[in-house]
Amino acid sequence: MSTVNLKTPEVSVREIRLGSITGFQGNASELVDLVGCGNLKDKKRSFSQCLGCSTSNAACTTILIQDAVTISHGPVGCSTCLHEYAFTYRVNAPLRGVDRPSQRRVYSTNLTEKDTIYGGALKLENTIREAYKRSKPSVIFVLTTCAAGIIGDDVESVTNSLEEELGIPIVAIFCEGFRSKMWTSGFDAGYHGIARKLIKPAEKKRNIINVINFWGSDVFNKWFNRFGYEANYLTPYSTYETIRHSSEAVCTVQACATLGSYLATALDQEFGVPELKNSPPYGIAQTERWFRELCQLIGKEDEIEEFLKEEREKYMPKIEELRKKLAGKTAYVTAGASHGHSLLALLQELGMKAVGAAIFHHDPQYDSASSDADTLKHTIEDYGDIPNYNVCNKQEFELVNVLNRLRPDILFARHGGMTLWGAKFGIPSLLIGDEHFGMGYEGLVKYGEQILETIENNEFVKNLEKHAVNPYTKWWLEQEPYTFLKGGRN
Amino acid sequence: MAGLIEQERYACAIGALQTVVAIPRATPILHSGPGCGTMVQGFFERSTGYAGGSTSPCTNFSETEVVFGGVNRLRQIIENTYKVLDTDLQVVVTGCTADIVGDDVASVTDEFLAEGKPIVHVETAGFKSNNYVSHSNVVNAIIDQYVDRFIDENPVRSERNLVNLFASIPYQDPFWKGNLTEYKRLLEGIGLKVNVLFGPYSDGVKEWQTIPRANFNILVSPWYGEPIAKHLEKKYGQPYYHFRYVPIGANETTRFLKEVLDYAIENGAEIDKEKALKFIDREEHAYYEEIDNLATFLLEFRYGLPNHVHILHDAGYVVGLSRFLLHETGIVPKEQFIVDNTPKEYIDRITADLKGTSDKRDILVYFNPDAGAAQDIIRKVSHSGRGLIIGSGWDKELAKEKDYDFLSASLPTPYRLVLTTNYVGYTGGLRVIEDIYDTVLYTYR
Repeated sequence: MSTVNLKTPEVSVREIRLGSITGFQGNASELVDLVGCGNLKDKKRSFSQCLGCSTSNAACTTILIQDAVTISHGPVGCSTCLHEYAFTYRVNAPLRGVDRPSQRRVYSTNLTEKDTIYGGALKLENTIREAYKRSKPSVIFVLTTCAAGIIGDDVESVTNSLEEELGIPIVAIFCEGFRSKMWTSGFDAGYHGIARKLIKPAEKKRNIINVINFWGSDVFNKWFNRFGYEANYLTPYSTYETIRHSSEAVCTVQACATLGSYLATALDQEFGVPELKNSPPYGIAQTERWFRELCQLIGKEDEIEEFLKEEREKYMPKIEELRKKLAGKTAYVTAGASHGHSLLALLQELGMKAVGAAIFHHDPQYDSASSDADTLKHTIEDYGDIPNYNVCNKQEFELVNVLNRLRPDILFARHGGMTLWGAKFGIPSLLIGDEHFGMGYEGLVKYGEQILETIENNEFVKNLEKHAVNPYTKWWLEQEPYTFLKGGRN
Repeated sequence: MAGLIEQERYACAIGALQTVVAIPRATPILHSGPGCGTMVQGFFERSTGYAGGSTSPCTNFSETEVVFGGVNRLRQIIENTYKVLDTDLQVVVTGCTADIVGDDVASVTDEFLAEGKPIVHVETAGFKSNNYVSHSNVVNAIIDQYVDRFIDENPVRSERNLVNLFASIPYQDPFWKGNLTEYKRLLEGIGLKVNVLFGPYSDGVKEWQTIPRANFNILVSPWYGEPIAKHLEKKYGQPYYHFRYVPIGANETTRFLKEVLDYAIENGAEIDKEKALKFIDREEHAYYEEIDNLATFLLEFRYGLPNHVHILHDAGYVVGLSRFLLHETGIVPKEQFIVDNTPKEYIDRITADLKGTSDKRDILVYFNPDAGAAQDIIRKVSHSGRGLIIGSGWDKELAKEKDYDFLSASLPTPYRLVLTTNYVGYTGGLRVIEDIYDTVLYTYR
């Protein structure tokens, strides 16, 4: 049965829709096997630290749309970190050809105690009207929050009625934090709203390929142009118009299935845009699989071998050189699911040894239900098993414990806050913000050079180690790292 | 009426968990939804301290806790916090979810209290208030539930020269660390001993335990924090000296120090007044040596300097900066915007304090936390000469639109890194001058 149903206002969270989990420890292959025989069960932690919630990830799919306005329907605190997207939007605009990035408009309905008793619907109506008056957007998004969800405001009715009044799409996005332990459920919530209200059925096809991504550099056009296509980026830096017409694309690719799963499958199943199901192009084996599927989807099978040959000739000598320098170096990865698996592929492709990983959650399948999309499975098949594989939703105490034991040569992180502990233990730590940085053959070279530089320039972390403050008890650092992870099957 | 807010400049009540983070070796424990901590972290930025940010324990409310209540989960998290983290004080703060479902948090913390644990709880649901208000609730909760336990060793008002200082709200005031350090240096300069309570120059919980010993309290604030001073007045009979805006530059700092000096002496502090006045003179002398040098630049720089300013900040800074900029740099405050959600009862007092800046001009001031609306007003007004905007990161784009100079001095701001810079005091005034004119000079290339 399809996990996509655009007729309902809400999309169910990943735990329910995909059977995703946030607790596991073992070898990566055990996890893949458990998924294979349908025996994956979640585990619980009897100690936990601050996670993160759906609302800010949903915001990530809406705030960066050029002509949109985002309203957080909740107390003032539920949108306080969203100013960071305004910064991102402005700073990365040149990478994506937006010359004059406009000010991001982010509102809070500012729910107070009285509203939790009498309801906040009227406040939401007023905020939508005022936001429309102030900035005349093409579309308004309304994000829900824990408080709005528990008091039971009928956000769908309010947005529908204001939509008629104002004559622009007003999209309710249901992303209350308490509903999911996976903040990535927020991506699905955002994309569900976008797919059900903004994307229109195509009347014609055009030579565009949808790319679901964050705000990384524009690497795709270079590849697509060669085959006569252009990238249609979704949704950062898109516009209402480009989203509306994304159904005209010949196919959809994604930088990371953890991000794009729901939208890619919605475009495929509801709007007839085929989804490139293979995991993204990190590492040689996966890069080649990805490009082959791409060329199949766009009918350019006859051009693919020539392209790959050129790429190999251009980059393999450099990759070989890097492999020699990096051979045997150990690495630990902490990142979101699919991108984390991609990083594990990438570092092993460069001859390094993955000694473990703390990956924020695990989706036993994506919305496409295709096993081609299983990045972890590909990574294990291509490069072998990964020990100390931990599914851990950003639980710093486990990471600290593990890093203290494993002391890898380098720590790879994808999310803010995680590199600190590598550095405190004197471990060179690398966070690459641009999610496209390591893609393809060229990406291997760029990443490899960055890794070498990070390992080489370790003076800062070595000095920090000497003076690092550590709030963790000696007792804890001596326990097994998964002491507080209980239940489930393994 | 609490209406919509565009571009938030403060956090909700649970944002006051940063008040806990600012106490050396203390940790907040969040009994809240999973995103509250991230929102707070993302607002304040670079604010992890000893055990804040990703280190803070959190119950991460899920559907289960919303339906069945979260007290068991809370008990488990607290129990294991003691095993995992080495901290001197634990403050349980609650989010909207816990408050709406009605969890009895005190019943849980009481169990740990009975074991003698240094634990405190405080209600901080986001819909109840914001962090300006909730800061006082957190401090008062620590006083009532923790400090008071040590009252026998710390007799009330037993140290004549000791004062507790309540001024900058940690993290919400981006200059809090530097400011508290400078207040301490200045007040010690006139002969007092100061509990700053937050930051690296506080002695953590040991210092908090001595709060009752203080002879009196010093409150530097337009409104927030006043409930702390009032509470201590009632609880320990400590009177308080109140200065209602941030003292920046020589005029206001000297006024502040001299008033404190008189107040301290009236209250029986043992202070050598002459020596204290000499200290003030010396500070002023150093300050005016710089202003003397600077005056030529201010008067003669022929390529353009800002002549007027709009400030978007909390009431303490709007008044403090307006007074300073007008009299000590000659920049004229035009429309001003107080975005701290000032409670109604303080508005007249603050308006009068701002009016007191000059007897020959009216400074128009707007009280509204909806900074988006403030920006729209600034978009529409126009004054002759070169303009300056002092505000948060949100205002950088506005300044660009208006072709004004811009100084980032309030939260949230990804455009500026503040570590230990102070804006308070004589040196603080000089620093504001450096920051403004550096920004201006940087435009010439």
